[in-house]
Amino acid sequence: MIKLENVSKAYTAGIPALNDVNLYIEPGEFVFVVGDSGSGKSTLIKLLLKELEPTSGSIVINNQKLGSIRHRDVPRFRRNVGVVFQDFRLLKDRNVYENVAFAQRVVGTPVKKIRRKVPAVLSMVGLAAKYKSYPREISGGEQQRVAIARALVNEPKILLADEPTGNLDAHNAWEIMKLLDEINQRGTTVLVVTHNLDIVKAMKKRVITMKKGVVVDDEQAGDSYED
Amino acid sequence: MRISTFLYTLRQGAKNIWKNKMFSLASIATMSACIFLFGVFYAVVVNFQSVVKEVESGVAVTVFFNDGATQEQIDEIGVQIKKRVEVSESVFVSAEAAWQEFQKVYFEGSEEMAQGFADDNPLVNSSHYEVYMNDISMQESLVSYLQSLDGVKEIKSSDLAANTLTDFNRLIGYVSAGIILILLCVAVFLISNTVTIGIAVRREEIAIMKLIGATDYFVRAPFIVEGILIGIIGSALPLTVLYFMYRRIIFSVAEKFRWLSGMLEFLPVEKVFSTLVPVGLILGVGIGFLGSRLTIRKHLKV
Repeated sequence: MIKLENVSKAYTAGIPALNDVNLYIEPGEFVFVVGDSGSGKSTLIKLLLKELEPTSGSIVINNQKLGSIRHRDVPRFRRNVGVVFQDFRLLKDRNVYENVAFAQRVVGTPVKKIRRKVPAVLSMVGLAAKYKSYPREISGGEQQRVAIARALVNEPKILLADEPTGNLDAHNAWEIMKLLDEINQRGTTVLVVTHNLDIVKAMKKRVITMKKGVVVDDEQAGDSYED
Repeated sequence: MRISTFLYTLRQGAKNIWKNKMFSLASIATMSACIFLFGVFYAVVVNFQSVVKEVESGVAVTVFFNDGATQEQIDEIGVQIKKRVEVSESVFVSAEAAWQEFQKVYFEGSEEMAQGFADDNPLVNSSHYEVYMNDISMQESLVSYLQSLDGVKEIKSSDLAANTLTDFNRLIGYVSAGIILILLCVAVFLISNTVTIGIAVRREEIAIMKLIGATDYFVRAPFIVEGILIGIIGSALPLTVLYFMYRRIIFSVAEKFRWLSGMLEFLPVEKVFSTLVPVGLILGVGIGFLGSRLTIRKHLKV
């Protein structure tokens, strides 16, 4: 569950990046956040990851009020929120297996469990055969699959995807969206920030539109979204 | 902490060193130079101090008794002297022994002149204690104590010798501490630079680690390990070189400069290195730890 109440964020004095945003996302929902550059989408993702603190308002994720999480408890909170970026952010000197295993090592998962879990999640994203490949040896779509596998391997309740298809061609973009949909079908709440309106229209999911830091539209799943 | 996490941290620390080969090498070389100089300095200082100690041990305070002091009083004074912690040894010299010694020194070659005093010891009131000290800097307090004892007439001591040796010892202490401090600061600075580069190189990896829920400790530990490893390598290398060098030098000096024996006695290898090795390693590890810890605090906000 994600809940924002009167959330504002201003970097400097002047126009706030987010202005009095109210949002409620149910557990297991699939939500698109769309908007032009500077609309506040990335700020929203950063606030949800507790990379930034809101200037005012409160954010609750999985029944945890972000404002009351102490600095030393932030890592534990982030383990329940997977994140995927436009530029994949893979470790270039490690192969596919090691990139995914890294997420488990970071949280202190026992080696035995890593050996069992990583092949399973790679298989889920369709990369079981490429576990030895390095990021430079696979396509952009495949790199994004590795990033998704890494985000999912710790079984987070929420998956945040910041422009996950931004660097991909139409075919790969569609494949990634289908994968995210599958993940959502398994019960994970998915929030996707994107510019790709064709995909947004085709997916028929809830769409939140932002403009200059304000939520200007919130179309429920199944409504026909028109830009 | 899990063993697997501990091993992973160790591996990452070692990998950091390998990834930044040139900077790591520079740090190890500087650390080695510092520990090497520290070792050379230490070896010179302890040998020098041993020579000074040898000289100090020959400096004595002479305690004379009141005229007509009984043997009982003299013995009591001897007991009081031996109770003092700063006293390493006290030797009673009777009037006869003092006269014998005087003759040896001043009538050598013209012993017949001393025959004039055959039955009349001119030093009849010169029986005394020669008091040797553990630490010559405590001479002043010892002398004032001795003066307070009943039956003591006079104390003879060489303030000049005591003060010179004490000042000299102090100077050596200050100079060595100063030089060692400078060397340590240089080493900490260089390790800090290496770790800074390591952090810059791994900035992306660190950002990813933070986003997927790594604890501060997990992010920081490999850099601490890196600093400590540089410290261990950078101190073990020069200590090994120094060990063989020192052995070689004392062997060569003993072989080629035999005429020096008696004047210049080197401390044995075991005695110097039983302290130098642990101190050098602790310094190396400490500098490595400190250098990386300070850098992480400054550059790695997690």
